[in-house]
Amino acid sequence: MHLVYPAVLSALLFCTGLYGVLARRNAILVLMSVELMLNAVNLNLVAFDVWLSKTATETLHSGQALTLFTIAIAAAEIGIGLAIVLAVYRDRGTSDIDRLRDSAEGPGDDPGPGDAAAAQDTEKAEATT
Amino acid sequence: MTTTTLAVLVPLLPFLGAAAGLLLGRTAPGYVRPLAVLPTLASLVLAVLVAAGQGGGRSIDAATELTPTGSVPIELALHIDGFAALVAVLVGVVATCVQIYSTGYLRHDPRYPSYAALVSLFTSAMFLVVYSGDLIVLLVGWEVMGICSYFLVGHYWETPEARAASIKAFLVTKLGDVPFLIGLFALGTAAGSFRITKVLGTVASGGLHHPTVVALLLLAGVAGKSAQFPLHTWLPDAMAGPTPVSALIHAATMVAAGVYFVARLLPVFQASAAAMTVLAVMAAVTMAGSALAALAQDDIKRVLAYSTIGQLGYMTGALAVGDRGAAVFHLLSHGAFKALLFLAAGVIIHAAGTNSLAAMSRMSNLRDRVPDAYWTMTVALLALAAIPPFSGFFSKESVLGAAERAATGHSGGAPGAAGWIVLVASLLTALLTAAYAMRLWLLAFCGRGAEAPDHGRQPLVMNAVLWVLAVPSLAFGGFAFRLLPDWFDGRDLTPALTTSVLGTGLALAGGTVCYGAWRHTTALTARVPLGAVAAHPEADAALVEAEAIATHKPAYGDIAYAVDPADPGRLLLGPLHRHAATGFHLDAVYAALFVRPVLAAADLVRFLDREVVETYVRGAGAVPRLLGAAVRRAQTGNVQTYVSALLAGTVVLAVAAVLVATGV
Repeated sequence: MHLVYPAVLSALLFCTGLYGVLARRNAILVLMSVELMLNAVNLNLVAFDVWLSKTATETLHSGQALTLFTIAIAAAEIGIGLAIVLAVYRDRGTSDIDRLRDSAEGPGDDPGPGDAAAAQDTEKAEATT
Repeated sequence: MTTTTLAVLVPLLPFLGAAAGLLLGRTAPGYVRPLAVLPTLASLVLAVLVAAGQGGGRSIDAATELTPTGSVPIELALHIDGFAALVAVLVGVVATCVQIYSTGYLRHDPRYPSYAALVSLFTSAMFLVVYSGDLIVLLVGWEVMGICSYFLVGHYWETPEARAASIKAFLVTKLGDVPFLIGLFALGTAAGSFRITKVLGTVASGGLHHPTVVALLLLAGVAGKSAQFPLHTWLPDAMAGPTPVSALIHAATMVAAGVYFVARLLPVFQASAAAMTVLAVMAAVTMAGSALAALAQDDIKRVLAYSTIGQLGYMTGALAVGDRGAAVFHLLSHGAFKALLFLAAGVIIHAAGTNSLAAMSRMSNLRDRVPDAYWTMTVALLALAAIPPFSGFFSKESVLGAAERAATGHSGGAPGAAGWIVLVASLLTALLTAAYAMRLWLLAFCGRGAEAPDHGRQPLVMNAVLWVLAVPSLAFGGFAFRLLPDWFDGRDLTPALTTSVLGTGLALAGGTVCYGAWRHTTALTARVPLGAVAAHPEADAALVEAEAIATHKPAYGDIAYAVDPADPGRLLLGPLHRHAATGFHLDAVYAALFVRPVLAAADLVRFLDREVVETYVRGAGAVPRLLGAAVRRAQTGNVQTYVSALLAGTVVLAVAAVLVATGV
């Protein structure tokens, strides 16, 4: 089998996954898309390993070994990721990524010099009382 | 034990007492009083034993060098001559009396433990100054006294007067101490040693190259410590401290240290005629000015404070004419009667509930309320006014006699001009001293008007101490003037006929004039009601005093002054009265010369810091802050946006890398 088939398939899978990560709103679907991207990489690894082993006289098949590593780590990662999503859902009642924007920089959060001086004043007042 | 061992124990015991008092004050309050009184009492006994052992004979010298300290060695040295032995006894007597009195006076004071420990430390430092044979060790005691006076004057630190007075006392004495230190270094360098004996030996052999400069430098420190013009301004303000502290500072320690130091190193000063003349002028201005100021003060303690300055002027006057025997004689007798005056004044302030003489002159029966204070204070005032046969008479006559001998050229080592200056100023001051002593007595004890408040009897310890101190005030001078020359330089201290008659006549005249003026003005007393009395007159003596000091300014508009037309001092001084009450505006002069420039400089520095330096700092911070605000806008909180940006960046980098690799 020519190398181009698995490579194209892997590129398609990766793009699908990338689209999912960037565009889906549900956190679980985002995680699934991440899995797709990982598996696209796995496919590449296996395919190129085979292609390399045809030319090389001695090979350790490190590509295939690395694939096994990736699968194991992906399993762990999805477990943790799903647990986090579950916790967020229990807490917020939603798993919509667009609504989980607590780290946003709001317009009112700007700590200007006046605010800093006021904060120092309150600290002093607390120290003296 | 040898005399040397005893002498070492004398400063050590109060020091250990102070350390133990500070450590145990909180955990074991029961031990505070014994720890305050007993070490001082033991030191007194030891000082008497040392004096007996020394016996006015050859001076005891002992020295040990703890460790080599470089070029000029510093040794722990004792140098006990007749002066040291007797002054130490005086310090012991007054300190013991003050400690005993304080147990009654500050009975319920919450800060009594630290107060008593500081008084002990103060006493210990004075003993160190008195006995030390090494100038640097002497300086240690000298400076410890300075810091102790700062703490003790500021004992009522809740009141702004006490805070200001303590800082003033510290700063003014330090102002003198800086030249003093330089003078000591000059002496040590010239002599190759800081030992007093070696320094005096060097001076005797003419090894001191610039005696005038050195003497004037030392004189600055002495003027600061002994409250001589122009560095005397801290002493009247130091009245914001508790009365026993005033007694201690004024009678035996602190102010006596300066006079004692000059007496010890008199040959250094005698090496320069200019220094002796400066000393004489300083003494004369101090004497006359302080006596005038004392006549105008309203606060009873400030009257006594100015009188202390004047009496110290007598001592420096005696030193200026080269007679240290007379100076130390006056130091001893003045120590006794001035301690008595202050302690009695404390009793009177407690009984009257005010420290204002104007208010006291509107109370009848005050003398019946405090009979012990009345009688002992009368004795002390007679001694102050130098009426024979009280002790002040003999000591003051010895000063007058010394000045007269110098003026007529019968005394070696002192310029005749200095003698005349001191003699004229002394006689003038004798007149004024009697006048203000009379005024104090009349206003305090012969008041008319409402009955003095009755707070019951004063504590026994306070009255007992008064009588103990009344004995030397009464009899010390008469017995001592024959014995003291054996202890001192051997000069005759017997009163001469001319100066005695002149001095006593002037004193009597001053008293009589003041009495006449009082008779003339006393009718006005009833017409002008005046009076400020502490809010809690039945409280502890120390609290009454603190309240009296705090209420004086709101009641009369000034700490030293009361608008009282019935005051005989106002009639006697005439237009001078207003100036004398403020100490001849010296504080205002200092304010204009030093305080305001310093404050203006501080304002300038603050302006430079706030407006100039901080503007640069803020400007340097503004640009990064603006950039940061712009960058922060990108932070939307949406993870997918971040990942999109990441992807875009990666693509750009990858394209760039490919372009670079292919070399387009």
